[in-house]
Amino acid sequence: MTHQPKFLVADQPLFAVEGLTKRYGARIGCADVSFDLFPGEVLGIVGESGSGKSTLLSCLAGHQRPNEGRLSYAGRDVLAMGETERRRLARTDWAFVHQNPRDGLRMGVSAGGNVGERLMAVGARHYGTIRATATDWLGRVEIAADRIDDRPSAFSGGMQQRLQIARNLVTGPRLVFMDEPTGGLDVSVQARLLDLLRNLVRDLGLSAIIVTHDLAVVRLLADRLMVMKDGRVVEQGLTDQVLDDPQHGYTQLLVSSVLQV
Amino acid sequence: MMIQIRDLSKTFTLHNQGGAVIPVMAGATLDVAAGECVGLVGASGAGKSTLMRMVWGNYRAGGGSIRVGGLDVARATPREIIALRRRTLGYVSQFLRVVPRVPTIEVVAEPLLLLGSPPEAARARAASLLTRLNIPERLWSLSPTTFSGGEQQRVNIARGFAHAYPALLLDEPTASLDSENREVVLRLIEEAKATGSAILGIFHDEVARDRVCDRLVDVRAFTPGAMT
Repeated sequence: MTHQPKFLVADQPLFAVEGLTKRYGARIGCADVSFDLFPGEVLGIVGESGSGKSTLLSCLAGHQRPNEGRLSYAGRDVLAMGETERRRLARTDWAFVHQNPRDGLRMGVSAGGNVGERLMAVGARHYGTIRATATDWLGRVEIAADRIDDRPSAFSGGMQQRLQIARNLVTGPRLVFMDEPTGGLDVSVQARLLDLLRNLVRDLGLSAIIVTHDLAVVRLLADRLMVMKDGRVVEQGLTDQVLDDPQHGYTQLLVSSVLQV
Repeated sequence: MMIQIRDLSKTFTLHNQGGAVIPVMAGATLDVAAGECVGLVGASGAGKSTLMRMVWGNYRAGGGSIRVGGLDVARATPREIIALRRRTLGYVSQFLRVVPRVPTIEVVAEPLLLLGSPPEAARARAASLLTRLNIPERLWSLSPTTFSGGEQQRVNIARGFAHAYPALLLDEPTASLDSENREVVLRLIEEAKATGSAILGIFHDEVARDRVCDRLVDVRAFTPGAMT
C-alpha cells in the first residue's frame, strides 16, 4: 500500500457502526452492517421495500435493540448505556424525522407547542424565550409566524413535514435520522424540503442518515450511499460513484430501472 | 505535478447482461502541471469522458493511480474525495444537477459557502461571474432548471469557476455558446491557468482547444490492446 496523505480526516467519526445484526427469529432484518459517519456527512441508505433499510434505521436510532454489533456515538458505547442515558442522548444529540409527520408530531398541540415542547424537554423554562425560539424555527422551515397557534392538523402534508423538522432540530442535535423524509409529498414540495435539508446540513454542520427508495433524493442530499438487499449491504461508497458506476449486479439493476426525466 | 495519472485501467462488468466484461481503458498515463491546460482528444467513445470521470471519482478505477494534489483518487476513501472536491478539484460537466427551486445566485455561490466563505462575499463573487457570463440579473433569483440549455451551461460554468480550484476538469465548456460567451469562457480558462490551475479538458471546439490547450493527449493510445 502506497503512502496516502490525509485530507481533513484527523477528526473521529461521530457515529461508528460495526457488525450490526437484527434477527426476527430465523428471519434476518439486517445483517453485518458496518460504517463510520463523520461530522457534517450525509449517508443515504437505499433499497427496495423489505431490503432491511428501515429495520437498520430503527436499530441505529435505538428504537430496536440489535442482536449483535457495536454502536458508538462520539466515542460512547450506545448499546452499553442505560435506558435513561440513551433517552437523554436521543433527546439532546439525536433527532428522528418520520416519513409520516403524524408519527413525529403531536397533532393536538399547536405548531408553536410542538416546537416548544422539545425545548422544555431539554430544560428550557422561560416562556418568552421558548416562544421566540419556536417562532424563529418556524421561520427557518418557512412556516409563517401567524400560524404558530394553529394545530398541525390544519397544515398541508408538506407543512407538517417542515414542522416535524423544526420540532426535531430546535434542540440542536448533531445527528439526524430520516425515514423517507420526502416520501408521500408532491414533487414541488419535495424540492422545497430538499433545499431546506441541504441548507440546514450545511449551516449547522449536521450529520444525517437518510433512508429512502428515491435515488434522485440521495443524489442531491447524500455524500455517501449504502445499497441494501435482503438485509445486507451489497455496495457502499461515494454517492455519485455508486450511482454512475455501480459495481454490484443489484445496484446496476436498481440504477438502470429508474425512469429518466 | 498537480494531476498525475499512471497506468490507469478500467473495465466494466455488466452483471445483468450475462456478466459481460468490457475493458475500456489500459495504461493511461498523463500529467497536468499547475498553470497548464491539457486537452483530451480521440473519437467519440474512445474514453475521454471515462478518463475524466475516473479523475473526478464517480467512475471507479480498475488499476493504476490518479494523483490529484497528492491524493490518489483511485484508492481514496469517499470522505477524502469529498474533501478533495470541496477544496482542490473542480468539475464543469455538461449537465447542471441542482435541487429544483434553488435560486441561480445560490447555485453559483454554493461551492464557496461549502468552503465557509461569508455569504455576502460568496454572493458577490457569484454575481460578478453571472454578469460576466451575461446571465441577466432578473434571472438570478430563479432556479436555473427552467433556463435554456445555453443559459444552464453558463450557470454551470459560473459555479465551476466560483472557487479557484488548483485542479479543474472541463467537459466541453464552450459547446452551445455564442461567440461572445465563448470568449468569456476562454478568458476564464486563461485566467485560471494564470493563477496556477491545472486544467484537464475535452474541447470539440478546435479553435477554443488551440487557444487554451498547451498540449493534447489522444486517448486512443489508452484503448486496451492499442499499439503505443
